[in-house]
Amino acid sequence: MTLLLICLALLLAGAAACALPLRSGVIGPYAATGAAVLASVAGFTTLITGAMQTVTLPVHLPFDTLRLGLDPLSALFVLLIGVIGALAAVYGRGYLAGQDRRKTALSWCWYNLLVAAMLLVVLARTGFIFLVAWEVMSLASFFLVVHDHEKSGVLRAGWIYLIATHLGTAFLLVMFLLLGRDGSLDFAHLAAAGVSASLVFALALVGFGTKAGFVPLHVWLPEAHPVAPSHVSALMSGVMIKIGLYGLLRVLTFLGPPPAGWGWTLVSIGAVTGLTGVLFALAQHDLKRLLAYSSVENVGIIALALGMGLLGIAAGDPVVSTLGICAALLHVVNHALFKSLLFFGAGAVIHATGTDRMDRLGGLLRLMPRTGTAFLVGAAAISALPPLNGFISEFLVYAAAFKAVSAGTHPWSGLVAVAGLALIGGLAAACFAKAFGIVFLGAPRSAAAVQAHEASLSMNGVMVLLAVLCVMTGLGGLWMVRWVAPAASQLLPPDMTTDALQTLFDMLGRIGYAALALIACAAGLYGLRTALLRRREVRQDETWGCGYVAPTARMQYSASSFVQPIGVMFAALLRTRHYLHAPHGLFPTGARLHTDTPDVFVQSLFAPALRVLVRLAAAFRDLQQGRTHQCILYIVATLLLLLIWHLG
Amino acid sequence: MQAVREILVIVLILLNFRLLGTSRLGACVQTVALQAVVIGLLPLLGPRLPAPWVIAMVAAATLVKAVVLPALVRRALRETGVVRELEPLMGYTLSILTGTGLLVLCYLAGRQLQLPQGGAGQLLIPATLFTMLTGLFLIVARRKAITQVLGFLVLENGIYLFGVAFAVHEPWLVQTGVLLDVFAAVFVMGITIYQINREFDHIDTDRLSTQGLKR
Repeated sequence: MTLLLICLALLLAGAAACALPLRSGVIGPYAATGAAVLASVAGFTTLITGAMQTVTLPVHLPFDTLRLGLDPLSALFVLLIGVIGALAAVYGRGYLAGQDRRKTALSWCWYNLLVAAMLLVVLARTGFIFLVAWEVMSLASFFLVVHDHEKSGVLRAGWIYLIATHLGTAFLLVMFLLLGRDGSLDFAHLAAAGVSASLVFALALVGFGTKAGFVPLHVWLPEAHPVAPSHVSALMSGVMIKIGLYGLLRVLTFLGPPPAGWGWTLVSIGAVTGLTGVLFALAQHDLKRLLAYSSVENVGIIALALGMGLLGIAAGDPVVSTLGICAALLHVVNHALFKSLLFFGAGAVIHATGTDRMDRLGGLLRLMPRTGTAFLVGAAAISALPPLNGFISEFLVYAAAFKAVSAGTHPWSGLVAVAGLALIGGLAAACFAKAFGIVFLGAPRSAAAVQAHEASLSMNGVMVLLAVLCVMTGLGGLWMVRWVAPAASQLLPPDMTTDALQTLFDMLGRIGYAALALIACAAGLYGLRTALLRRREVRQDETWGCGYVAPTARMQYSASSFVQPIGVMFAALLRTRHYLHAPHGLFPTGARLHTDTPDVFVQSLFAPALRVLVRLAAAFRDLQQGRTHQCILYIVATLLLLLIWHLG
Repeated sequence: MQAVREILVIVLILLNFRLLGTSRLGACVQTVALQAVVIGLLPLLGPRLPAPWVIAMVAAATLVKAVVLPALVRRALRETGVVRELEPLMGYTLSILTGTGLLVLCYLAGRQLQLPQGGAGQLLIPATLFTMLTGLFLIVARRKAITQVLGFLVLENGIYLFGVAFAVHEPWLVQTGVLLDVFAAVFVMGITIYQINREFDHIDTDRLSTQGLKR
């Protein structure tokens, strides 16, 4: 705990140093890295020892004292913030190198604040400090998103994010008001029961779901992530949206045993979010936008797992509940690892080529081998392929769902989870086959892609480290679950864990051996291939060359054509717009096809709602013309009316 | 003594009407200063003479409001070269009529309010309320920033008198707070008016607002 207080102080000092109009801004990334490393150490030790600590700082705040605490649930998130925060800072220093020094310093100021605020959110033990830290987190990330504010569209995306996050916070405010008792917002006193508990749960779903990206509240993600600098996207997508899930988990600990309805709700939200996310990810042509939608998908998977866990608790089934909640927490960790890896990879591509339009890229694996390989590992992990870490967590979700079906406790929700997850998994694999294939394989589609160069050593180092972590957490799933289990047991009823955990450990032990066997098998096949090809001529040719005399890069699959069959299947939801300039005549001179898939929830839910709101607001324009006189007149009139009313 | 107090209260009301009915800014400043003197005298003419330190406080407050602040506003007038409020949002005749209506309202309200009279006479409460409303009215119905500063001062005069007349225990602390507030406000406004004038060649708040909107 002392270590974490030092971290917070270091981060604030770093932010202050960057805000000063001096050359001291250069220490920003170092302060962030150092503090984040310290934080991860603190989080890790707490996870190992399982100790609970609280500390009350001698600061007087309105409503409550400044009470911070560290328990396994917080420690898990502290660990995430620390690891990804440190890596993103190292990467970001390379990524921002060469930009305007003043702007960079300011960006590091917000970065330090964002990490500090995220730590404070997970450490907060009173509602007041939680909400304050939550707001600082939202604002700091907003300023990080609008780093390149002079580019078109960046500010618009920033505003969308700012509005979305504040709407979410409004729900959280109401939620804490409902939870608070006797005027205290101390977490130790927060509680709710019956109808009010369900209301609190609903408010938490909307409030935290806006941050986490539950459909249809996800609309800010595909706007904000692509425009932010890549290390910020990685931190936001890998960690910050998880802080929303942390909030949901933390609130669940106040609410007592969950009714089955909550589990059902989460399972349905998870299935819808996952499917929508992955389908829209599939339809995107911008690499970072694709990754943002894929974050939505993964949040859906986490919600699905959590829903299964809650159903298990409601039914009194220890195995389903333990499996579900452990799977949710594990997927939080895993997604943080591979999604930040993928965003770092996308950032390296943008850094090298200046674009994230997939149709301008291609063949980058030869020019950027290390980035490409790391991206491939991340893509395989996010597609839940064994032996990588994504497989472990999704396997646990499947196990929970199948157990729920076979035990007959919640057969229908189990089936929904299995079917949803299977569909999501298949589509995610297709999606990342597209992302990796179009960007890194084949032939370059533009001059920018031809001139690409490998990223700097620090950026590459970070990506390789994350790739190694993905493999290691995949192989060491057993240890991962051991570390996650204390955090999960905070959400489970006290008597439900021990036996179930043993089942889990057995299962993961077998997976570990199977994964090792798989790796050995793959290595054996590779060795066989090398042996067979020895002393034979191996010729390398243009991809998709098809033996033509003069192949061109335009013969390749494009980002839209690759997913066209799936797009047709889900056309009703995707509503992709086709702009077709078809070839005419016997000797056609040219043809063009351009597809565009705007978010269906923006198009048919938020945009009409906002139009109505604007029309309603226009009715008030006569009342509010921006004149000082008029404003004061209103105040005077109100006061007079109040006086008359009071006297009369 | 009682008769003198009543006369002073009536003078206060008349001064308010003068503020409502005149377009010359110099006269307005003069009226506000005179009003401050009247308001400074009123608490001293009570049935018992207040303690010496209270007298000192009242004297200091009166000095600031009757001499220092008007001098600051006059300086702003000189530097901006504004003489008259030519196009008020509400005409002067209509202003006086509204003022009469407000006075009636204040009289009715004063009768309803259950306040310790303190031997102040029947007219004191309506007069203080009326002074406050006059200040607010000036802020709302006039265009020039200077007039709005004056309105603010008049509003403060009303609050001051209200406090002095009715707060039984130690109203002075509150008053010094209010006074400090006003002093800062006038200071800032005085400087701002000068700056606005230099930037835009006029101090018409109405046009300033619409310019802000158009931009």
